Amino acid sequence: MSQPFRTAAGGHVDRAATLEFRFDGRALQGHPGDTLASALLANGVRLVGRSFKLHRPRGIFSAGVEEPNALAELRTGARREPNTRMTAIELHAGLEAASQNRFPSLRWDLMSLVGLLGPVLSAGFYYKTFMWPASFWERVYEPRIRAAAGLGRPATAPDPDHYEAMHVHCDVLVVGGGPAGLAAARAAGAAGARVMLCEQDFLFGGGLLLEPAQEAWRAETLAALATMPEVTLLPRTTVFGYYDANVLGAVERLADHLAEPPPHTPRQRYWTIRAGRVVLATGAHERLIAFPGNDRPGVMLAGAALAYLRRFGVRPGRRAVLFANNDAAYEAVFALQAAGLAVPGVVDARPDSAGIAAARARGIAVWAGAEVCGTAGGATLRGVRVRHRGGTGTDTLLACDLLCISGGINPAVHLASQSGTPLHWNERLAAHVPGAPVQAQLSVGAAAGVTGIAAAAADGARAGGGGIPLPDGPAQDATVAPIWEVRGRGKAFVDLQDDVTADDIRLAHREGFGHIEHAKRYTTHAMGTDQGKTGGLVGAAVLAAARGVPVESVGLPTFRPFATPVTWGAIAGHHVGRAYAPERRTPLHDWHLRHAAEFVEAGHWLRPAYYPGASDGDVWDSVLREARAVRRDVGICDVSTLGKIDVQGADAADFLDRVYANTLSTLPPGRARYGLMLREDGIAFDDGTVARLTPDRFLLSTTTANAAAVLAHLEFHLQTAWPELDVALASVTDQWAAMSVAGPRSRETLAPLIEGLDLSNDAFPFMAVADAVLNDGRGEICPVRLFRISFSGELAYEVATPAGHAEAVWKAILRAGAEFGIIPYGTEALGLLRIEKGHVAGAELNGQTTAADLGLARLCKKRGDYIGRALAQRPGLADPARPALVGLRPLHRSDRLRAGAHLVLPGGSDSLGWISSVTRGVALEGWIGLGFLRGGLGRAGTPLHAAFPLLGEAVEVEVVSPHFFDPENQRVRD
Amino acid sequence: MIQIACPYCGPRDEAEFAYRGDATVHRPAEEAGFHDYVYARANPRGWHLEWWHHTGGCRAVLKVLRHTATHEVRAVGLPADRPEPPSA
Repeated sequence: MSQPFRTAAGGHVDRAATLEFRFDGRALQGHPGDTLASALLANGVRLVGRSFKLHRPRGIFSAGVEEPNALAELRTGARREPNTRMTAIELHAGLEAASQNRFPSLRWDLMSLVGLLGPVLSAGFYYKTFMWPASFWERVYEPRIRAAAGLGRPATAPDPDHYEAMHVHCDVLVVGGGPAGLAAARAAGAAGARVMLCEQDFLFGGGLLLEPAQEAWRAETLAALATMPEVTLLPRTTVFGYYDANVLGAVERLADHLAEPPPHTPRQRYWTIRAGRVVLATGAHERLIAFPGNDRPGVMLAGAALAYLRRFGVRPGRRAVLFANNDAAYEAVFALQAAGLAVPGVVDARPDSAGIAAARARGIAVWAGAEVCGTAGGATLRGVRVRHRGGTGTDTLLACDLLCISGGINPAVHLASQSGTPLHWNERLAAHVPGAPVQAQLSVGAAAGVTGIAAAAADGARAGGGGIPLPDGPAQDATVAPIWEVRGRGKAFVDLQDDVTADDIRLAHREGFGHIEHAKRYTTHAMGTDQGKTGGLVGAAVLAAARGVPVESVGLPTFRPFATPVTWGAIAGHHVGRAYAPERRTPLHDWHLRHAAEFVEAGHWLRPAYYPGASDGDVWDSVLREARAVRRDVGICDVSTLGKIDVQGADAADFLDRVYANTLSTLPPGRARYGLMLREDGIAFDDGTVARLTPDRFLLSTTTANAAAVLAHLEFHLQTAWPELDVALASVTDQWAAMSVAGPRSRETLAPLIEGLDLSNDAFPFMAVADAVLNDGRGEICPVRLFRISFSGELAYEVATPAGHAEAVWKAILRAGAEFGIIPYGTEALGLLRIEKGHVAGAELNGQTTAADLGLARLCKKRGDYIGRALAQRPGLADPARPALVGLRPLHRSDRLRAGAHLVLPGGSDSLGWISSVTRGVALEGWIGLGFLRGGLGRAGTPLHAAFPLLGEAVEVEVVSPHFFDPENQRVRD
Repeated sequence: MIQIACPYCGPRDEAEFAYRGDATVHRPAEEAGFHDYVYARANPRGWHLEWWHHTGGCRAVLKVLRHTATHEVRAVGLPADRPEPPSA
């Protein structure tokens, strides 16, 4: 018979519709409204997984997100998702689920033999058992432990689904849609507030779903909320984190309950919610009792058994026993009895109570002042052992297939604690409850220790402003007589998911890990996907007993996000693949693409690294070909990515003298100058050219990497240190395209295109700057700004034009230079040319070098304040023995240099410096490099070795001037 | 995520700003003061004046009075403003 444990009527499942699903390949049926767990129980499936470490058989323990045992892999292929809680998975047609951590099958699990090794696998076993020999850890122990222990398997293919992010503001955020949350949302909504109500379940109602008598109030309240335009109801939405300034994070599962997301629908949505006020109506979690064998399938929280019966119409067994220390738990066993289950007995740790009397009145045998000290059965429960509290007398075996347990309730204080609210010990509940809120926040209902539907709803309504109809209902007495552990033979678990026993906690204490945070990490207690929701406090109580102190003085480990697990997909959102980071493209990007450039990432920019030619055998063929064209004839390079900052104002020159180490106020209009900036601590920051366009207007260039940092640096000092200066700053990097036309034929290339400017050496000498017009000869008249500056060491012009003219200008120059053999060159050739010339770049301006280290000390002003001047004079930075910039060449020209190699004396082991940049030359034979060397050029003539131990290399090198090529700097001036 | 009320742009998320450090130190006129200006910081637990640069907005550098333990923002001003920490 299908679903033999399903009741005939009642609950929130639709028996008229049937959903087919598979568990471990077996075809089963359930109904809409089921969770995977309730459908499995309806089919009589009790054994659903193997435990993390000991491979013990495990069953369904709870009916919610606190589930430690019943973890499943969902779906297959690229959509496979591990470690989902069967108790929170909404059943849908075609659902495929599989149990985890078993081999070869769930029932015949070979690894369960490790259970016999229990003593070896005690707390801290990683640190103790597998320590010797040390070399075995990586090769032998770790792979085997990883194969044996563990949870589900993630998908290995890229996630085919997409995820999105939402940012919202609201007046009141209500977390939890039980009686307290619904009442709070309705009251706040009725008062006109913009309200968001997040419920992690697919149904609103929480505890109301277990009370047929409350269905009318639930339905009426939901209908009222639906009419309020400023109230947003978000089912299937878990609030997982509470952050500063009343910002909370939530994940809405839009398509997890469908076979696959419909087109254009994200699987999940990540909400960032900034709330005026927050009402935490997160309810409570029932907690376990640690006794030997408390992990056997068939042992279930009492409230979960009630939920399966009342909400899902499923009998969770045939013969039920209750083990409890509070009256609230008795409702479950009364309901099970009414549904036709045999109830052979109730075991209560207390001598007497109203619940005990009520049970006896129903004809149920009650073992009062007693405890369960063991369970019988194999992979499913066959009976429980009962004895007098304290362990006197003999055990009685009570036959049953379901043991409902309740050690009391823990208010779900995770979010309240994350918000900064301190926790207080509540004697009546023997649990932590929230204290005075720190942020604009309030806990209500069971989350605040207020139990019973009527009382919780009234509490919620008060938080929302009151004035709404409230449900009636009996008061609920959740008072407990604390019982944390029953000691006896066998494993008594405090953390079912991590296989942590009460003995493990005591071992941690004996070995010096008595602080709750230490015990947690040593034993892995409460570190699983359930974060110890059912057993965390029980472990703390066992630790307290071992230390001989009250539970409340032991405390709990810090609650941190995430309160429940969140998928990486939701966190990443759309920021995957190409959208991981913004991509910046120059105005010439499309041209580079059409001409098959190989791109390199420079920050967010994409720059052409080189342009492979048809006859190039490898990268070096391309790079050397491009660099030779520049040295011999002419080349063109896209330098649009360099930062450009427009500086204007009467005090602009004064300002630049303060932020650059060299003098710029003496620069005449129409000229440019190299500029070096230091950080205030005296280290070199950035370099570039400074052009003076008019007496009160300058244009700065920065390196590509530092464009944003330099602008922020200038703005900061202008606004905070020198607000009296009349200066305005604007980044114009994106407004201008820039290209360097370099090589002996560059003047001949450009001159015919330029109107209104004489490019002759006398009229437009080295370091001249002027505005002009470029006629592309095809009808486009392009405004251009010409800078006669050079990074390559050749006669060169930088041509800047408004971004929209970029391609016209670039193409016109290529046409004009065709007769000289012009070709485009990329960053690789640019780097080659600058190293030959001895210009420093990012590898030299590395945040550790001073102006003197870079050979630029002579630039620095002798008089007047500027950023970095004072601290650059500190003895450590001014020490002449610091490594200084040198050029390096291998003595054997065919030897290769490597960046990062250390410079040592032959036979020596002390590093005297390092190589920062290397290249093959075109003006020089073989490899050349720039580096920093103690003693600098004073060691010219001393043979050194460039050692690269990673590859076992040592190359003999000679020290030369860093200005390998044209040291007189004549070519740029011709 | 804290919120900063920019005098030009209105209340904006922290994500729009770059933190620029202690606003109680001032660039000295004399050489001797530079070591403390660059390196010496009080690191208080409590109210703290600090610079926040609205890099994702108007690019003003703001002087913000923030509590380092609770992250509460009590006052936001321009560099010339002199907000006083509340007497605790």
